[in-house]
Amino acid sequence: MEAFGLLLHGFAVLLTWKTLVLMMVGLVLGIFVGVLPGLGGPNGVAILLPLTFTMDPTSAIVMLSCIYWGALFGGAITSILFNIPGEAWSVATTFDGYPMAQQGRAAEALTAAFTSSFIGSLVAVLLITFLAPMISSFALKFGPPEFFAVYLLTFCSFVGLGREAKHKTVISMSLGLLLAGIGMDTVSGNLRMTFGSPELLRGINFLVAVIGLFGISEILLTMEERLALRGHAASISLRVVLGVWRNLPKYWMTLLRCSFIGCWLGITPGGAIAASFMGYNLAKRFTKDPESFGKGRIEGVFAPETAAHASGTAALLPMLALGIPGSGTAAILLGGLMVWGLNPGPLLFVEHKDFVWGLIASMYLGNVVGLVLVLTTVPIFASILRVPFAAVAPMIVVSCAIGAYAIQNAMFDIWLMLGFGIVGYVFKKIGIPLAPFTLALVLGNRAEDAFRLSMIGASGDLKVFWSNGLVGSITTLAIVLLFWPAIDNLLGRVGWRPRAKTAAQ
Amino acid sequence: MPQPELEIVVDDPTAPEDESPSVVCSGTIEIFICLLLLALAVTLGYDNWRTGASWDSTGPEPGYFPFYLSVILGGGSLYGLIAARIAHRKAAETFVTRAQGRRVMAVFVPTLLFCLVTQFLGLYVASFLLIAGFMRLVGKIALWKSLLTAFVFTAIMFVTFDIAFDVIMPKGPLEAAFGY
Repeated sequence: MEAFGLLLHGFAVLLTWKTLVLMMVGLVLGIFVGVLPGLGGPNGVAILLPLTFTMDPTSAIVMLSCIYWGALFGGAITSILFNIPGEAWSVATTFDGYPMAQQGRAAEALTAAFTSSFIGSLVAVLLITFLAPMISSFALKFGPPEFFAVYLLTFCSFVGLGREAKHKTVISMSLGLLLAGIGMDTVSGNLRMTFGSPELLRGINFLVAVIGLFGISEILLTMEERLALRGHAASISLRVVLGVWRNLPKYWMTLLRCSFIGCWLGITPGGAIAASFMGYNLAKRFTKDPESFGKGRIEGVFAPETAAHASGTAALLPMLALGIPGSGTAAILLGGLMVWGLNPGPLLFVEHKDFVWGLIASMYLGNVVGLVLVLTTVPIFASILRVPFAAVAPMIVVSCAIGAYAIQNAMFDIWLMLGFGIVGYVFKKIGIPLAPFTLALVLGNRAEDAFRLSMIGASGDLKVFWSNGLVGSITTLAIVLLFWPAIDNLLGRVGWRPRAKTAAQ
Repeated sequence: MPQPELEIVVDDPTAPEDESPSVVCSGTIEIFICLLLLALAVTLGYDNWRTGASWDSTGPEPGYFPFYLSVILGGGSLYGLIAARIAHRKAAETFVTRAQGRRVMAVFVPTLLFCLVTQFLGLYVASFLLIAGFMRLVGKIALWKSLLTAFVFTAIMFVTFDIAFDVIMPKGPLEAAFGY
């Protein structure tokens, strides 16, 4: 009940004309970046972050989170109308969304996608509303060893549960952690890994790295491919919307199941990609007519969109409650909080109640407004794709450069952005994942501080990470997750693997 | 079943040919990257060792945590190097074809020049040159459209960042002539 009262207070903080206008601007910009080839949620948020530097933290985070919702909605437009998944998690949406568009049911598919996105996000926001305060009040009891154990758990689960080659995830993560350590050591004041360069004294700002890794590299990758588009135009009528909504109760189990999967994979670092495919596969598995999937079945749009959006939204839960982002975009939003001097984690709920509850309230409002906006403006946003990429690409490059420069007013950061753009391009092409790199860059200093404080408190004894039940359980779980592929393999050999998983394989 | 008309069609006159020869295979790049990362791990590891990678009376020295990270990075790169060497013998997947490489360079080189020009002429002039030049030379779009788009976009950026949001960008002699 307390959460409900605080949420109402959040709405009171939010409901000012200024914030509502910023919310609309954020949503429009978000849909715009979601639709444009070569951009997406994380890039959009990172590039547009400088726009918020002069705002108060609440307005800024509301605008940024609305850019994020907008980008999530916008991605479905290209997937369904053009068979071009803007993000990897939109791939599953194309399986049935595009065939529906080919059958002249584009409006129905788009309504289904937007509605299920809304439902997935709503379930995740409800989870955040009621769970985040509980987790954060529990986390207030954490000391440095517990925090380091949680960071370790995050890193280990990326390695153990990730789909990429393990050594590539390890390379990506350790490189990110190392780069986070460049500059002045926060504890001793010593300079580390600067090699006498005054530019490196400031360290490497992770937002600069993100803009290069995601923005510039995406432009290089997009340019590499054929940029011809062939797709359907669509406008959504009220009759179609009401028709889809009337049939929603028929799919309640799919929606509920996918929301649950999405929330789970959002909180753990499974991510929206795994959620969307898992949601799609489960919907196919539990249907009486699996053969109809892939041929334009509306449930094939509901399932991945619900799961992906629930996952994308739920990733904000560990960010707010523990200061540990569950996704690349959550990591960028976390960076934004740090820019405004806010320290994400349990204390945020105590020290900045207005901010946290204003943000949570904006998640509800942003999703409702976003749903109405996309349903009414699809033809306008779809026509953005008529703009030639040769005009869009240099504009994105300029936006990236503005974003990179504005963070620290340093010309060096523009060069750094370009360097990270090349790194991102090469890493993506050889399968080194970028999400662990971003996460490590964001959490590197915090993890190191927690480790050092733990070790100082224990006079260098590593047993501190098993000194009580809580920290011991988290550390042990981290190690289990790190070696999960081997453990899973072993369980399979001795016949202990869970039946559902064996069947799925 | 109704077959709707395709209403949005955007052609790509500069699209790469499908049968373009491979410039380099992914395995070679993977080996090269692993070698680079290994060299980076050794360099950073040495610097952290020099800074202090053990314990003193106050606790772990500044290089302690990053030193062990360098070791992990080195280990991962070494493993990657061996794995790439073994996989390289089995399959040679294309990293980039000649046509793709040309197109990537068509974006990369102007971006590099843009960064360089920004240092001397400021960000807005460099933006105008990049957008107009790219649209005209790479996109083969009409000159007036390229110039107009570049001017409008640059003006919007200037008004948005420098005037409305007080985010000051690097300027050059042109802005100085107008008193900015």
